Amino acid sequence: MKPNYLNDCGSWFCQRFPMVKMWNEHMAQYYAPKNFNFWYFFGALALLVLVNQLVTGILLTMNYKPDASLAFDSVEYIMREVPWGWLVRYMHSTGASAFFIVVYLHMFRGLIYGSYKQPRELIWIFGMLIFLALMAEAFMGYLLPWGQMSYWGAQVIISLFSAIPIIGDDLSLWVRGDYVISDATLNRFFAFHVIAIPLILIMLIFLHIIALHEVGSNNPDGIEIKDSKDPWGHPVDGIPFHPYYTVKDIVGVAVFLFFFATVIFYMPEMGGYFLEHSNFIPADPLSTPEHIAPVWYFTPFYAILRAIPDKFAGVIAMGGAIVVLFFLPWLDRSPVRSIRYRGGIYKKAIALFVLSFLGLGYLGMQAPTANATIAARVCTAIYFAFFLLMPIYTRWEKTKPLPKRINEQPSLEDQIPAIKEAFAAMTHDVPENRNGQTVMHTRPDASGIVHELSKFAKKIIRSLD
Amino acid sequence: MSEQGVDNSKRQFLTTALTVVGAVGTGYIAVPFLAQMQPSTRAKAAGSPVEIDISKIEPGQLIRAAWRGKPVWVLFRTPEVLEILAADTGKLADPDSSESNQPASSQNDLRSIKPEIFIAVGLCTHLGCSPTFRPEIAPNDLGPEWKGGFFCPCHGSGFDLAGRVVRGVPAPTNLDVPPHHYISDTRILIGDNEANA
Repeated sequence: MKPNYLNDCGSWFCQRFPMVKMWNEHMAQYYAPKNFNFWYFFGALALLVLVNQLVTGILLTMNYKPDASLAFDSVEYIMREVPWGWLVRYMHSTGASAFFIVVYLHMFRGLIYGSYKQPRELIWIFGMLIFLALMAEAFMGYLLPWGQMSYWGAQVIISLFSAIPIIGDDLSLWVRGDYVISDATLNRFFAFHVIAIPLILIMLIFLHIIALHEVGSNNPDGIEIKDSKDPWGHPVDGIPFHPYYTVKDIVGVAVFLFFFATVIFYMPEMGGYFLEHSNFIPADPLSTPEHIAPVWYFTPFYAILRAIPDKFAGVIAMGGAIVVLFFLPWLDRSPVRSIRYRGGIYKKAIALFVLSFLGLGYLGMQAPTANATIAARVCTAIYFAFFLLMPIYTRWEKTKPLPKRINEQPSLEDQIPAIKEAFAAMTHDVPENRNGQTVMHTRPDASGIVHELSKFAKKIIRSLD
Repeated sequence: MSEQGVDNSKRQFLTTALTVVGAVGTGYIAVPFLAQMQPSTRAKAAGSPVEIDISKIEPGQLIRAAWRGKPVWVLFRTPEVLEILAADTGKLADPDSSESNQPASSQNDLRSIKPEIFIAVGLCTHLGCSPTFRPEIAPNDLGPEWKGGFFCPCHGSGFDLAGRVVRGVPAPTNLDVPPHHYISDTRILIGDNEANA
């Protein structure tokens, strides 16, 4: 064993608590594939955002009042009069959106590298439960400022329950605790948002990580690193999580915090996407704002709800859009995991799926015009076709042969000549007269840029096969 | 531990019995836990009737009141509107209000006690947004088919000026008409159907 200051962590403590064992199992001797790329930052970033939400959330509860007559003003009080209250509140509200950005990218990573496939089905299921809990947490948190969007958003989502036959009306009454969204609803959503769901979230994240560390991480090549081991029993293509990936993740954290701080300090409302404009008006039960839309992270599912011209079927479709994700490990019948060795049909399917998901997200923010509804129906059809036809097209697809070992990735240094070449092709030098002297200046070259772009586009299209 | 002389069927019985008793106990404690999330006595009592004075309402005007925390609309319909309502029934999903929620006194073509005065709960029967009052005919954003009505901004459901839902929108039924009756010619009591109830 490597010398480790934890090994002699006072024998009294270590005889009573398996600290060294835990540290080794989950950090110092947890072997992760050596080829983690950009997409593998988002798990660690999700944990970072969780910590941000917990810390800022605790601070916010010190001044927030979960009372329909006080809530809106208490948020304004935090923003204007509590020392640094604006920062804590913006960190919390931006953190909510950041959480979904990071989690959507984390899920997309799982999708393209087949991280949900055997033997990692349970990791995916725990992850989906985390996603559900996160949606509940975000939805309940959005009621707390008691603005117009808080109020009417909650009204719409709770009314979803009333679409369920027979028990629907009683169920939505039970959730609200009143005949309309009221103080009772606000107070209980506060309890759920601050205590119940965070506890569930932390428990699920614990299960997610324990399940991951039991079977080991997937990687961009989608092959098992445990298949080739060195004489000491360690995977040859694996490296200890600590220090290699802890250090790598610090780089990711620094870049993430750069963007996070930019949003917090310069665009905390993100043009109405992170904090909607109507939510700066106190809740008014008598009038719905002219244009209501949920926060951006719910809009894809909201667009599906709106696309179906029937109340109950719309609710079923929206729920189904999430439920179908749980079955992903069993819908995908391809023998390979990673998109790198998949056939063209799957790559095209994923591209279509991403477009339809982004399209739904955009349409969910727009007013429901006739054309928008048709577009939303097309996107909804693609969304469901991606999952429901998956058992068919993944069986058809022609996969590429898998390597025995993880492929060497070109390092950044290796790529520098190619980058230099592309830069030269996209620019040209022009002589310029400055103070009587002729100086050569590098200027962008339009035809060169078009040429490089078309080369890039052709490369992408080729890679779809 | 020795397994000798152990009566397994007795053990099995005790395990099952204990499990059942435990499940019943959990069920008993679950009832108050779940039931305490029901509306409180105070919330139930807050649904008392509301009186609306319509003496100042102008033809074509919509006034709003709150009843049980919900918006209630009173609309004074002009003769032209009533004409359109009588003629334009082809696009309606539930023209005779058989699937919809209204007191018997308002279950007629115009969904009201008096033809001119229309009263409804201002919440879309889809997911409970409050539709916008759009009395104009064929406005740009709603298309040439629009003959005046209520448009829900949330999910695009349309209702005519009798609160009747048009076909092909998410809302399943016509706007609810609350229980109400006239105390006098200009005063309406919302929340109560009968004069002496």
